[in-house]
Amino acid sequence: MSEPGGMSPIVRIVTRWLLGFVLVFGFAVALFGHLTPGGGFAGGVVITCGFVLATLAFGAKTGPAAWFGRLASTLDAVGALAFLALALLGYAAGHFLAQWAGRDPEPFRLTSAPSLVLLNLAILLKVGAGLFAGFLAVAAFGRAAEDVGTDEFSDAGAPQGPEPEGREA
Amino acid sequence: MDVVLIALLVLLVVGSLIALELRNLLSAVIAVGVVGLGLSIVFLLLGAPDIAITQVVVEVIVVTVLIRLTGRTGRTVDAAPDRRDAVAVWLGGGVLLMLLGLMIHVLSALPRFGSGASLPAGHYLENAPAQTGASNVVTAILLDYRAYDTLGEATVILTAIVGALVVLRHTGRDVRRAPPVPRGGPPGGADDPKPAERELPPQHSAARSRDQEVQHV
Repeated sequence: MSEPGGMSPIVRIVTRWLLGFVLVFGFAVALFGHLTPGGGFAGGVVITCGFVLATLAFGAKTGPAAWFGRLASTLDAVGALAFLALALLGYAAGHFLAQWAGRDPEPFRLTSAPSLVLLNLAILLKVGAGLFAGFLAVAAFGRAAEDVGTDEFSDAGAPQGPEPEGREA
Repeated sequence: MDVVLIALLVLLVVGSLIALELRNLLSAVIAVGVVGLGLSIVFLLLGAPDIAITQVVVEVIVVTVLIRLTGRTGRTVDAAPDRRDAVAVWLGGGVLLMLLGLMIHVLSALPRFGSGASLPAGHYLENAPAQTGASNVVTAILLDYRAYDTLGEATVILTAIVGALVVLRHTGRDVRRAPPVPRGGPPGGADDPKPAERELPPQHSAARSRDQEVQHV
């Protein structure tokens, strides 16, 4: 490993090639969710998969966890509030969650339901950032468990090393 | 198609049982992954590509996270007893049989699969493209007809993430600051951190231990 905190150069280079496609695919799944199978949730999870892949490949220091980790929970909340704001904008068209944006009467267009597109993008932001924050939280929890070295799942064959003597004293 | 579907469902049941019974945590996680991916194929065969896509991606990410966790927190579980109480086995079997009878009774009263859709479902199928502009009826239901549900769902995910962050982070900090625990053998053994180094903010030690743990994945 020439660079600390990541996997082998093969994995990193392949990840560098793939990451853009993964993110664009997730965005497209959400953007055209009202026309094709998919939607904000599936697209958000695809984008989270891309970030998790980059985190595993590049490590915590240079991967997206370094510059995106603190932002993730904020973006999560922003996505939820954006959904709520879009729902409240429905009052402009009459009632809560109404489609307030003008619709193209022609079907199978991106503009045939702009409100739904915006709602899908809000869900994309929410799910993508939220799941990545959850991934980081679980990773932090795993590190904490490893630091303690005593959980009921660890055994002698685990790579943690021997238990220190007299740690209960 | 029915044969394929039944074979897949049998595979799912067998995979779940294997995941429950295996002592090796990594193998159990892989069995869970098999169950999840098989379930996504079942959804695809039943004509629900939306759910199939979501199931695939969620399963991939869950299995990835679980494999990371099992690589770090140990490998096997020895807690489960080898022999179970005979009374418990017979009682559990009896309850299972009762539930099976009830399920057969109820399922025989339902309309045949794929027919007799409920009234709102028919309405959605006929009117969703014209009323909402969304040619994907699933999105039309999720974001227009039943958007209240989606709003609540988003809130549920937010609450779950915030709760997970709070609970897990609190555990980590408590552990890190507990003074009477002498820590002799952190992971790796060789690079035992100096006492002053333990007071660093969490992300420093986080980055260090991640260097080691990534190789397990």
